[in-house]
Amino acid sequence: MEEFIKGGAFLIESISPEKIFTPEEFSEEQRLIAQAATEFVTGEVQPVMEEIEAQKEGLLPSLVKKAGELGLLSGDIEEEYGGQGLDKVSALLLMEKLSQGGGSFMVAYAVHTGIGSLPIIFFGNKEQKRRYLPKIATGEMITAYALTEPEAGSDALNAKTIATLSPDGKYYILNGQKQFISNAGFADLFVTYAKVDGEKFTSFIVERNFEGVSLDEEENKMGMKGSSTRSVIFTDAKVPVENVLGEVGKGHIVAFNTLNIGRFKLGGGCLGSSKSALQDAVSYAKQRVQFGKPIAEFGLIKHKIAEMAIRTFTMESMVYRTAGMIDQILKRIDPHAEDVGMQMANGIEEYAIEDSINKVYSSEMLDFIVDEALQIHGGYGYIHDYAIERGYRDSRINRIWEGTNEINRLLIMDMLTKRAMKNRLPLLPVAQRLAGELLSLRPTVDSDDEALTLQKEMVEMAKKITLLAAGAAVQRYMMKLAEEQEILGWLSDMVIEIFAMESALLRAKKTMDRFGDERAEIQKAMVKVYVNDAFNRIENFAKQIFSAISEGDTLRTQLSALKKLTRFNPVNTVSLRRQIANHVIKVGRYPF
Amino acid sequence: MNIIVCIKRVPDTADADLAIDRSGRDIEKTGLAFDLNEWDSYAIEEAILLKERFGGTVTVLSMGGEDTNESLRKCLAMGADEAIRLTDPAFSGSDGFATAKVLAQAIRRLPYDLILTGTQAEDDGFGEVGVMVARLLGLSHVAIVTRVEMEDGKIRAHRELEGGLEEVVEVKLPALLTIQTGINEPRYVSIMGIRKVAKKEIKVWGLSDLGLKEEEVGLKGSDIGLERLFLPLVGEGAQILEGKPEEVAAKVFEILKDKGGLV
Ligand SMILES: Cc1cc2nc3c(=O)[nH]c(=O)nc-3n(C[C@H](O)[C@H](O)[C@H](O)COP(=O)(O)OP(=O)(O)OC[C@H]3O[C@@H](n4cnc5c(N)ncnc54)[C@H](O)[C@@H]3O)c2cc1C
Repeated sequence: MEEFIKGGAFLIESISPEKIFTPEEFSEEQRLIAQAATEFVTGEVQPVMEEIEAQKEGLLPSLVKKAGELGLLSGDIEEEYGGQGLDKVSALLLMEKLSQGGGSFMVAYAVHTGIGSLPIIFFGNKEQKRRYLPKIATGEMITAYALTEPEAGSDALNAKTIATLSPDGKYYILNGQKQFISNAGFADLFVTYAKVDGEKFTSFIVERNFEGVSLDEEENKMGMKGSSTRSVIFTDAKVPVENVLGEVGKGHIVAFNTLNIGRFKLGGGCLGSSKSALQDAVSYAKQRVQFGKPIAEFGLIKHKIAEMAIRTFTMESMVYRTAGMIDQILKRIDPHAEDVGMQMANGIEEYAIEDSINKVYSSEMLDFIVDEALQIHGGYGYIHDYAIERGYRDSRINRIWEGTNEINRLLIMDMLTKRAMKNRLPLLPVAQRLAGELLSLRPTVDSDDEALTLQKEMVEMAKKITLLAAGAAVQRYMMKLAEEQEILGWLSDMVIEIFAMESALLRAKKTMDRFGDERAEIQKAMVKVYVNDAFNRIENFAKQIFSAISEGDTLRTQLSALKKLTRFNPVNTVSLRRQIANHVIKVGRYPF
Repeated sequence: MNIIVCIKRVPDTADADLAIDRSGRDIEKTGLAFDLNEWDSYAIEEAILLKERFGGTVTVLSMGGEDTNESLRKCLAMGADEAIRLTDPAFSGSDGFATAKVLAQAIRRLPYDLILTGTQAEDDGFGEVGVMVARLLGLSHVAIVTRVEMEDGKIRAHRELEGGLEEVVEVKLPALLTIQTGINEPRYVSIMGIRKVAKKEIKVWGLSDLGLKEEEVGLKGSDIGLERLFLPLVGEGAQILEGKPEEVAAKVFEILKDKGGLV
């Protein structure tokens, strides 16, 4: 059996670089897959971007079908059903590269290959898979995912759509409305949810041409304007009982497992978009001359370019690390098992915490990156002729769908707490031990070196601080912690920063170990800047948490302990950022 | 019909600022992306099109290091049947002539009716290797080919000449053609294609496999020595035009007219 690292374990274990997957290790096959996706976007999608934006009739679905002919749609589908059965690293590469400059095509692609079809891949029975997957693989049938309702957004289980068994027992009759459904305008198939007898939340596969299925008008959106977003209305819609997906009353299992992988993939999408925004910004900064020189030569512009590149790097390190972990755990599954899909969903669930982390982090970093990229364009960035104007608007939705970032922040802490309670993760004993050692804990490294010793120590210390803060919060609120959302939000932010810092650190170390210092030079500089800044943020979150939960002597002890634990010398981020920016400007794009 | 295609992996320098490396004879390549030479992607597509029409096999050859495998595999994924990489420490520093010697020697060991190369390579742009290979093998060649037709063992090749003229040449097989961009539309590589060739062996031939001597190849076997590579100095009198594309175009027109550049 392959070894695997437990989800969430990064908080309490010190992991060696050898144990994580990094983009430097893409196989030849994976690189070719990435290139195939890039060539498709450059050759087929970008030339018609304006028409996609205008929702030219039939264009987007025809592009999806073209992608299907090239096998770009079927990475996650088993070979038995006409798919490619790719590993998750490859599937994520497809997502990343098709998003890089792919605009609204990305939405159609992501929904079709992600939340629209994964429920059938994971939870469909043999007959359902045989009937639908081969057509989904080629794009002959395009899928959509209809969960949200007017009154059930974040609170998805509060669905009002009702399913009633027909008197002859052959059909479920669905009544209700689903809101903001991507791909609705051209989808042939909807994975949707309804409550059987008003109670049992259940998933259904509904074909567009089933009796009683209709669509409302297109929404007039802020971004991703080329994508289709409509309400789907079920009026006595007749759904054959064979089209129940999974079991009656078990719809939440389908819904939540699908979202796990949707969140994971969204990270890849944001990564691709970040790379294209960075490239646009760098190329503009190199040719725009003000005060007699290209603006790329100004310090404040370099600062932005470096910061965009650094955050793209951390994001990339996180999402591929996660993909590597998922692949590792999926290797344990017998591909011929009867319930292989269910086992896959369970395997992926192991990393639901990391998936939520990636979702929140990558969507917020992308928002930062498109904002800075636009700023580098000055007034021209505000004008439609420049791609970044659209990129800026397109980015925003990522913080909202696949579970809002607020919901995902709450989920991260909720899942960690549950795993701690069930002893899936020994968070409590570790936190208790730390609290006992508090007085003797202090940093042992104080100077920066080329082996990233300081950064490693800071990451380890950040974990300790986070566990101390979490432990103190649990002690203070006990079972009522769930009501203290502000505290949970900060704790979540700390957890996210730890995963970000550590993923970047481990990657740079692995690059150093495998390819030597020269190739790792820029990655190391990035890690130094990122850890420096993120550690300060963590310290600040901890201060706010302690100040909110304690007072008097307890607070004084906590704050003075915190001061000791955070006594690190800052690095010179100005010179490091200049070094990074100069390199990015030289190569003219994201440099790895 | 057996077709051999010679390809090269080259750095993509579209967005990058070029810098000269420490040797002073090459560009700094760290951070650059590499890909199949653009002309070669048309050559491989043309070969596969011919194979699809007339049957036979397509073999891809490239002289290069291990990373060249990626480009060779891409050609396999497009539909080539075999790939051979020519690698030896002794090959490094080869000029066009030495490269042609290595390729020709490899081709001598293979069955072929037709050899295709790109017209030129994106990086050094000499445009000589294809023609030299033909000479070394004693074959007829046609350069800068924009259309290929086949009839009774003969090839009718259309060539692009200056001033938009087109020439049609007839050659008997075996022959070598150097392929111009735009001759076809290179196909997209499919994921199925990539998966199919993922495990396919790429043969590696070195100096001794080819029966070559060290002094025939690499720097020693080269006639051209690269002395120095440098970025042109920024001269006087350059003018940066700003404005909308139409305005810039109008200004360019005016300047060209003023300086006698238009007749
Ligand atoms: C362009 C677009 C495409 C979409 N595509 C799809 C699709 O294909 N399929 C689909 O099913 N859905 C889709 N959606 C819906 C999307 O997933 C929802 O909009 C999202 O889940 C949020 O739900 P809501 O809009 O009802 O917001 P609400 O749930 O009303 O949330 C409003 C605000 O309150 C916050 N909030 C809510 N609950 C809590 C809480 N417990 N604690 C703290 N804060 C809270 C939220 O974070 C948010 O900031 C799409 C939406 C858009 C805009």
